[in-house]
Formats: sequence, C-alpha cells, structure tokens
Amino acid sequence: MSSLGVVTPVSLHFEAPLPLRSGAALRDYTLMVETYGQLNADRSNAVLVCHALNASHHVAGLHADEHGKPIPKSQGWWDNLIGPGKPLDTHKFFVICVNNPGSCFGSTGPTHLNPDTGRVYGADFPVVTVEDWVDAQARVLDRLGIEQLAAVLGGSLGGMQAMSWTLQYPQRVRHCIAVATAPNLSAQNIAFNEVARRAIITDPDFHGGHFYEHGVVPRRGLRVARMIGHITYLSDDVMDEKFGRSLVGRELGEEPRYSTQEIEFQVESYLRYQGDKFSDYFDANTYLLITRALDYFDPARAFGGDLAAALAQAVAKFLVISFTTDWRFAPARSREIVKALVDNRHDVSYAEIDAPHGHDAFLLDDARYHNVVWAYFDRIHREISGPTLNIAARGQP
Amino acid sequence: MSDRSIHDVVAQLVPPGSRVLDLGCGNGALLAHLRDSRHCTGYGIELDDTKVHECVQRGVNVIQRNLEEGLSLFDDNSFDMVLQLDTLQNLRNTEAMLSETARVGRQGIVAFPNFAHWPHRLSVLRGRMPVTKSLPYQWYDTPNIRVATFADFEVLARKSGLRIIESFGLTDGQVVKSWPNLRASTAVFKFDRA
Repeated sequence: MSSLGVVTPVSLHFEAPLPLRSGAALRDYTLMVETYGQLNADRSNAVLVCHALNASHHVAGLHADEHGKPIPKSQGWWDNLIGPGKPLDTHKFFVICVNNPGSCFGSTGPTHLNPDTGRVYGADFPVVTVEDWVDAQARVLDRLGIEQLAAVLGGSLGGMQAMSWTLQYPQRVRHCIAVATAPNLSAQNIAFNEVARRAIITDPDFHGGHFYEHGVVPRRGLRVARMIGHITYLSDDVMDEKFGRSLVGRELGEEPRYSTQEIEFQVESYLRYQGDKFSDYFDANTYLLITRALDYFDPARAFGGDLAAALAQAVAKFLVISFTTDWRFAPARSREIVKALVDNRHDVSYAEIDAPHGHDAFLLDDARYHNVVWAYFDRIHREISGPTLNIAARGQP
Repeated sequence: MSDRSIHDVVAQLVPPGSRVLDLGCGNGALLAHLRDSRHCTGYGIELDDTKVHECVQRGVNVIQRNLEEGLSLFDDNSFDMVLQLDTLQNLRNTEAMLSETARVGRQGIVAFPNFAHWPHRLSVLRGRMPVTKSLPYQWYDTPNIRVATFADFEVLARKSGLRIIESFGLTDGQVVKSWPNLRASTAVFKFDRA
C-alpha cells in the first residue's frame, strides 16, 4: 500500500517558446507536474526526480478516480523509494517530477495539436534531447520559485537528465544522484533502440507517424519494441529463474506442441503480455523520440570525448549507483562517470549493488540500494537543516 | 588495538589539508576524523555493503570497489597520502597494490598486524597459530591471507623501490620505537618513492 495516499497532478502552461537543440522550438506547451511534501521557508529542500523511458510525472502515491476514490494499483513508478518515511522522505523534502515534453502522459507530445498547423503533431513533433528536457524542467522550477535544488535524482535515462542538470545549471544543483545510468549509450545500446524503432516504423499501421488520423495504432511495432526492451532490462539469471525453459500449459516432462507460431515457452508468454500491455497505453512517436534522446545524450562530445572535461563544470556532489547484473547500463559505465568526477576532484560516492535483477533493479526494493539512498538523503537533510546552508545561500538573489 | 587510537596515531602522520585516498576505509571514521580535524579531502575505497552505507551516513566520499581489481580509477600522483590500514593483509596481490599505492600517491602509510609480536612467537613456539587481540582469528577462518612481520615489510618496501620515511610499532595504542618487530602488535610505515 502506498503511504503518500492520493496525489493529483497539475498542468503548467508555458507560452514562451522553448528553444531546442535541433534548432526548432516548442511553443505553447503544457507540462504535467506532480509534487509531494512541503517546500520549506528558505526553499532549500526541493528534490527533482527525472523519469526514464516509459515513466511519467506520477512517481509516488496513488491516483484517484472521478469520485475521489484511490485507484487500485495506481502507485507511482518509484513509490517504493519516495514517500513519508521512505528513503526520499516527503516529510523532509519537497519532491517534484515533470513529465517531459514529447512524452505521452499529458505533457505536450506527438498526440497534441501543433499550434503551427492545427494538426496533431504526430511525426512532426520536434526531436527533443536530454538537454531540452532539463531546460523545460528548469522552467518548472522557475515557476515554482525554486532557485536551487537540494538534489536531482534519476535512474537510467533519468540519471542522464540528473547528470545533465549539473552541467547545464551547475549552480542550481547541490547533489546529483545518478542511478543505473551511463555517460552515453554504447553502439550495442543504440542498436537495440534502432531495432525497436524499425519495428514501429515498418508497422503498416504507422503511416509515417501520422497514424492518428487513420484511426489506427502501430500496435505490432510497439509490442516488438517493448519485447526487445524487456529482454535488455532483465539479467540472464533472473530470466532463467523466472521462466527457465518452462512450457505454457505443459507439465514438466510433457511433450511440447511442436508449433512455430503458438506460444510455447513461458518467457514468450511474458514478453507478449508485456508487449500487449505497453501497446495499450504508449505512443509510438513518443517511443521514437525518447529512444532518440537516449541515443543523442553524450555530454563529452562537445569536449572531444573527454568526459572529465565535460564534468569539470559541475559543482554538485554526486552519488552514483549501479547494479552488478545490469548489462544495459553496466557498472563499467557508471565507473566512467565516477572516474571523470574523481579526475576533477569532485565529491562523489559510488555504490555498486550486487543485485540479480539487471537494469530493472533500479526500480525495485532492494535493502542495500535503498539504504544507501536513504543515508545520502539523510546527509542532504542535515546539510540543508544545518548552519552551512546560510553560507551557501548568501550569494543568491 | 582500538580503531580510535590507531586513527589518532595515523592522523598525526597526515599533513593538514592533504588529499587522501583510504584503501579499505571501513566505516569511514578515519576519513571523517581527517576531514573534521585536519581539513583533509579525498575518497575511501570499500567493498563491504554495510561499511559503504556507514560511509555515506558519515558524509564521507566512498567508492565501492574490490581492491584486488587495482586502482585504475586514479591517475598518477593524484593524492598526497594513500592509507592502507589493516588492509594489506587481506589482499592477494600485496606487492602490486603497494606499487599502485606509490603510483597514485606521493606518500603512503600502511599499518598491519605484526606477526612477529612476542605473544605470536610464543604461541607458535608452543606449536599453535596465534589468536590474539591483533590477530583475533583461528587459522581456518582468518581473512588475513598475508601474514607478515615488521621486518618483512622493510624488505618488501626496499624491493618495491619505496623509501621508509618513518616506521614504528603500536601496542595498546602506545607507540613502540625500540624493538618493534618483537614488541609491537601493529606495524606502521610511512613511505614515499625512493
């Protein structure tokens, strides 16, 4: 059961165009935002949580139906980490999460009307990058009157945003907590994304990204994209443990169906189920946009590939966390971040959690992982409650 | 020998304001002490989950890493001081670690249980492996895979091209200057590259 109870998102409208890295701009856009806890008097306890590929602004708590009744199983995607008495304690911190533009959970995205054409954006939605999202999030903070974050926290693609915050707005972040992430995607990672995108784009129902006006959804493509994703989020061991070689509807020792097209193995059933579920709620153009944002993220690129040179701009203190069995964002990638921070003599702690669950581990409740996050937020809370903050805040307007 | 007293003695050997790397930093108490009392900065390396958690609680920079995998995370001469307290005896690649220590730090300090301390010698004379305050384990469950004496380290240091700046023993928190190989339960060496 969720301990935050019912939470309600707000939608913030922005008229001033948001310039994008591609050269395009987003104008007249809306961002969905959820906040939990109370902003303290000196506005020093704000924590921004950045979401990953298929998540949203709904990080913790439950949503209510139209009668105000909590919807069962509507917990936010990081509800095990965030809430009263949880590692990121909403009694102590004011938590903010923004649904990124281009997503499909209420913020302006491909399913919305393009103010320039009066038509649904579809494939015309401009390419957005991690840096663009951070700029959009910064505007939300401006709107909320928050000059500096106590911390920015994110896992996977969310970790990339957290890292980018320390480079784009170094003075606005005191601490960066980057979980199961990487300084850029490897060629193998881009390759997985490309297979997923091709599955969507080559689906006859995709119609070049303008499927909305045809009244169809490229479900087959979305399903396959999600299946590929799921394979890479789990470890070999955990898949074996979960499904092994079990057959659907057959006892151990029973003969298989000898069919090439029917579901035979449990793992196939699981992947198809995940694919079906995903294709019910996720937007195909959003999937393309978000995987592209992942591909493009590479803060070292502007520094000739030198990540240490890129991170020289950061002034935040870092906590970097990886999981031993995560092969999509492997510990070695997190260690690259740690090394670049160490090269700059930045404050950094690094926890390499021995968890069996692969990349998914960052969303799961693991005591060693959560204890480290808990301890780190306790430390941040001591800092912002103590006398040192006044010294740090003196230079601010 | 309590952690507290070894920390106090070692802290005296670390110049104020030093950039410190603590290999096998445990719960981070020494780094926190060096930070608070001598304005030192730096990182600890620790493998154990519980200890990493304690370091984070203390606000000490800790990097979770198996020391057997080396110090490739750190550039040459990136620290003023590299500490290895009660760590050396747990490592398989002792010699490689010592040269890595000398590579990343301008100076190093090691402290380890002195196997030649007289109660240990007596025990061996009686035909049994020592079980004492500084070597509290049975031979079959000890994490100490490298047992060495005060005198042994002097030989390895010379072989590894290290210059011993200062060396002494510790027994019950007291510095032992004379006959440390016989009289000290813990051996302490401060060194740099020769």
